[in-house]
Amino acid sequence: MSAHEQSFVHIASVRLLLIVWVALIFGTWLTVSASNVDLGFLNIWIGLAIATGKAVLVALYYMHLRWDKPFNAFVFLSAFFFLFLFIGFAMMDTAQYQIDLIPGYSPGMGG
Amino acid sequence: MTENAHLETDGLAVDHHFENADQQYQSAKLGMWVFLATEILFFGGLFVAYSVYRLNHPEVFIFGHHFLDKSLGALNTVILICSSLTAAWAVRAAQLKQIRMLKGMLLLTMLFAFGFLGVKAVEYNSKWKHGLLWAREYHPHVDHEEASEILITKEDFETGAEEGVVEDVTALQKVGDGVLAETETVLIEEAPAAAPAAEANRSTIAPAAEGPPGLATQGTEESSEKVIEVEPANAQTFFSIYFLMTGLHGIHVLGGIGAFMWLYLSARRGYFSTGHFTRVDMVALYWHVVDLIWIYLFLLLYLIE
Repeated sequence: MSAHEQSFVHIASVRLLLIVWVALIFGTWLTVSASNVDLGFLNIWIGLAIATGKAVLVALYYMHLRWDKPFNAFVFLSAFFFLFLFIGFAMMDTAQYQIDLIPGYSPGMGG
Repeated sequence: MTENAHLETDGLAVDHHFENADQQYQSAKLGMWVFLATEILFFGGLFVAYSVYRLNHPEVFIFGHHFLDKSLGALNTVILICSSLTAAWAVRAAQLKQIRMLKGMLLLTMLFAFGFLGVKAVEYNSKWKHGLLWAREYHPHVDHEEASEILITKEDFETGAEEGVVEDVTALQKVGDGVLAETETVLIEEAPAAAPAAEANRSTIAPAAEGPPGLATQGTEESSEKVIEVEPANAQTFFSIYFLMTGLHGIHVLGGIGAFMWLYLSARRGYFSTGHFTRVDMVALYWHVVDLIWIYLFLLLYLIE
């Protein structure tokens, strides 16, 4: 079997591994620092954005997705898509049962 | 960057149902990615529980996160990131048949994994000692050994007390975090009288999208001297979710250690000298997902404000 059939096997260079490592450590520092600043509802979204950035770095470089067959990335991302649906619908549902949904009308409160 | 030319897959054992080594490798990889997708969804159920409870009872999460040590959580995040680096490096070593490097990286990865579990054990132990457990097991208290020394009142603490007492408090702070020590004393004082009252309050407290008024403004940040917050109803929910999520994650870390041990033994037997790096690659992929999940757990459990 010839080498050209190996087009999807990628060897990451040590330099790349270390650069990603530094970025991940920096991301961790950034998340912790950001959590110490009170930005109201923005905090959770900023935190999630940084965490997702770190997750993307791990997936692309440490998990070789960048050089992998696109179908593998598709399989993995589909999990996040279904997770998004799962969380999204659960949140939409529970939002319909909020006690203050109709202003001034709270039958569950027992007067 | 790509060093594909170095890879020699000729002469590798190929099972009879595969065309060639490349197809065999790609099939293994696809199977692994499907497995990882199911892992994400496995944890997904717990993330849904987290989201729904946090949307309905934000005060429980704000209260509960004070009992988690942010710096220990950050330390564990750094440990796992380091282990991800060594795992990725192990894959590279296996691809290039650098067996000594491979063994070293596998050992380092296991070392980091044990370090992670060690820190986790310290955290769990502190929760256990103070009764900060799941559901019906949630009975916040000062543990018996410490009780005699720690039974100081809030006034003692605030007026400075004698040096001896202050030292005891700092000793307890080392166990978990400072907040723990202070809240415990207050909980003890109030416990007998407050218990039935809390039970009665439960039904009248609104699930409140905006949270019970006052919680957010009462002594947060700066005033570490003050008692943080009144314990909200159903505070145990936070600890149920905390233990389920970190526990399931911890089991995955244990499984990872087992897998790395298997790789190490394979390396010692010379399995990877033939250029068969698939096993290392697959285990590393699994390990990176364990790392990914922790990145989110750290954010969602420890860094609530």
